[in-house]
Amino acid sequence: MTTDRATATERESVDVVLGSPDSGWSGGARASSDFHIARGGFHQAQQNRNMLLPALLALQSSAGWISPGGLNYVSERLGVPPAEAYGVASFYALLSTELRPPRALYVCDDIACAQIGAEQLISDVESFVLGDPEAIVIRSPCLGQCDKAPAVFLQTAGGEDAAVAPADLSIVRQAVIGNFPSTVHPSDTFGNGPSFLLHRVGEIDPTSIAAYRATGGYKALPVALEAGPESVVAEIKASRIRGRGGAAFPMGFKWEAVAGADDPERYVVCNADESEPGTFKDRVLLEGDPFSIIEAMTIAGFAVSASKGFVYIRGEYPLAISRIEAAVAQAEESGLLGDNVYGSDFSFRIQVRSGAGAYICGEETALFNSIEGFRGEPRNKPPFPTQSGLFGKPTAINNVETLANVSQIVLQGGEKFTSIGTAESTGTKLFCLSGAVEKPGVYEVEFGMTLGELLEIAGGAKGEIAAILLGGAAGSFIGLDAVDLPLTFEDTQAAGLSLGSGVIMPFLVGVDFEAVVQRIASFFRDESCGQCVPCRVGTVRQEEALHRIASGRNPDTLNEEFVLLDDLDRVMRDASICGLGQTAGTAVQSAIGLGLIGGSS
Amino acid sequence: MSKTHLELPSSLIEIEIDGSVVTAPKGSTILEACRGAGAEQPTLCYLENLTPVNTCRVCVVEVVGSRALVPACSRPIEPNMEISTDSERVRHSRRMVFDLLESSVDLSLVDDSTRSWMERYRIDSPSDDDSTEPSGERVDRVKSYHVSHPVLPATVAQPVKIEDDLYIRDYAKCILCYKCVEACGPDAQNTFAIAVGGRGFESRITTEFDVVLPDSACVYCGNCIGVCPTGALMFKSEFDLRAAGRWDESSQTVTTTVCSYCGVGCNLELTVQDNEIVKVTSPLDHDVTSGHLCIKGRFGYQHVQNR
Repeated sequence: MTTDRATATERESVDVVLGSPDSGWSGGARASSDFHIARGGFHQAQQNRNMLLPALLALQSSAGWISPGGLNYVSERLGVPPAEAYGVASFYALLSTELRPPRALYVCDDIACAQIGAEQLISDVESFVLGDPEAIVIRSPCLGQCDKAPAVFLQTAGGEDAAVAPADLSIVRQAVIGNFPSTVHPSDTFGNGPSFLLHRVGEIDPTSIAAYRATGGYKALPVALEAGPESVVAEIKASRIRGRGGAAFPMGFKWEAVAGADDPERYVVCNADESEPGTFKDRVLLEGDPFSIIEAMTIAGFAVSASKGFVYIRGEYPLAISRIEAAVAQAEESGLLGDNVYGSDFSFRIQVRSGAGAYICGEETALFNSIEGFRGEPRNKPPFPTQSGLFGKPTAINNVETLANVSQIVLQGGEKFTSIGTAESTGTKLFCLSGAVEKPGVYEVEFGMTLGELLEIAGGAKGEIAAILLGGAAGSFIGLDAVDLPLTFEDTQAAGLSLGSGVIMPFLVGVDFEAVVQRIASFFRDESCGQCVPCRVGTVRQEEALHRIASGRNPDTLNEEFVLLDDLDRVMRDASICGLGQTAGTAVQSAIGLGLIGGSS
Repeated sequence: MSKTHLELPSSLIEIEIDGSVVTAPKGSTILEACRGAGAEQPTLCYLENLTPVNTCRVCVVEVVGSRALVPACSRPIEPNMEISTDSERVRHSRRMVFDLLESSVDLSLVDDSTRSWMERYRIDSPSDDDSTEPSGERVDRVKSYHVSHPVLPATVAQPVKIEDDLYIRDYAKCILCYKCVEACGPDAQNTFAIAVGGRGFESRITTEFDVVLPDSACVYCGNCIGVCPTGALMFKSEFDLRAAGRWDESSQTVTTTVCSYCGVGCNLELTVQDNEIVKVTSPLDHDVTSGHLCIKGRFGYQHVQNR
């Protein structure tokens, strides 16, 4: 360990998260008693390790970077080797292991914002901070504010993080000095029928448990407690609901497997690390109806007999984090969370964890590693989370939107739920419309609506559509001939596509698709964890090939480049550890298939 | 005489490797089962004395029922698993993995076995002739397309780190197999001086804030050198001889002895060239060391050479 010491401010910020050190063995002042008894050791270090990321985030927030002294203090407090703590800190985009100006302005230049003036905003903001030693502009991947593009995320040493969208120079100028727009512009939400997921969003005060209860909230929890865990799991299974995070795995099977696990220690995790470019539905739910997620997690905990739950929210969603934290506190005060939930024997607690800028942490096993205080590297599967998940224990991990369905399934019964949607895609689905649509926002529609119908509800495109990105950066470009495609898991799968996280992003004729596809490729290069060779090097070679194609350096080798891209797509799909690498070539291949790049069709 | 059907002992299970039914102990990995059946597989990040991390993906095999290929080094076998180790998909992935590594990392010092696997999976190698690839386009392609283009491909090229007289770190040769981190950490030494830092292609093996080794927790056991498959970590003595063009394996002898520093009884293998000890290792299968040593056994040989 180096001899660098933390500043008083750094220590204080870490102590807020970890409490005060109890002895000289864990970073406190040395007392004479410390000389005779050794405290700490492997077991304690193992217990504490999961506080590493929260402590590093506290350091970043107070000092504006992870200094060697600050890192040493965190390492001492938690018993984590400094090299490992550095390995974790240097993994995340929102943690800086180099000294930098105290104000960092992350301006999104991803595929949605790029269509709505991101480059202009970046050059405006760059000239605004030019010569200001206090500020730095950093290009950012998607910030999950696509409907309100362009977006900026602000990190200020000693201040609160904030997302600003839609952003222009005057708003950014004000935000930098701490003046945020008095009301955060909420996302627009739409639907075409009964709303199960969005009915409270924008309608009630999301910070009030009373408002939640007055609109049908916390009605499902007592029903579930009365019915018993087996019957809750049975209803979820009967509903045939499939996961909304992208993989579409049946939720009932997950819960059943965890409920039936041999190990009595289990966990419930809500995956709120929504980072797929073009996706913002989970943010809208977390910000607009946080109690529904808390209630659903409590029901999940009861159903699988877990006593602890974690919500892992991406760090770029400060409002969602504060709303969920407030909701957890209010639920605890009201006896709806904590010991003896609702006066029953069941006890359940929820911890809220913030991500720190890593798309890969939305992969469930990477998310576990991130919570546990390790680098957000995916684990090999099997074993699956239901067998060995968080802390190696059986874990029910579900996406935010999936959980938002739980209350209505419990209240109506699983059978009733299947009357909405199609046979294999039951219920309603949230779609994120952004890019060149007239009315961007989150749309709740019944499964089975066609792509064309949904676009029509969204007011159509702002011009002539050249292609639509379906499912996000890990999804596919599709042509206008696909407008009759019913938006269901089975129909998209049959067409070789995926609904992914529900992204629908139209691009107009005249858009530079080579630039769009290059941005997607650089997204995967930047977000690859670097663990396995196919993805770590393959995403780089893919980006390079697309760059060569776009720069038109050698038209004679175009076919050679396409063959290389196909080879790369195959090895990434076949041999990568996780879904990131396996889908890193999907959008590129679909763009080539549609003739969108390479100047030929 | 009635026929008595004998069940397999419960600790053995039957699987199929490349069409032949073989039995292997329950709990074996696919790699162990393949090796038991004489079907050797390429590996880079795997080593018998370390926990498999399955990051290199060069040992991937095709398993019926599995969408993606699976790493043989870490996947346990299951009854009636049908495994292909030489399908077109397997060959393609292995070839690409070697190709991606070769185009980004200096692989000049990998061992002979790895080199022969690389040759076997090369694009123009005979084993690829029967591939089911859809078109003949690949035949026309240059052998190493990564360097045929005007835009230079990214590599991990960087200067060698020489910080002391014991060993050097040449990360231009690092394939990020994680072995050194495991050997420094929980799999052997429990020193935790190095970790993987950064992310994606910028990932690297590093101390905290990349401080030099003497300022880190490193205790110079050299166990990281012992597990490195690419020569990225190397005795300074070997590095100097190689730099001077005098490293000559054909003139070297290896003497096995027991370390005389303490009573543990570690086996040492002293590699000697020109009557000088140039490298010290320990056998992986030695039940005292499992291939690992301490600073004294690894580097404390100078007194032998005092004349």
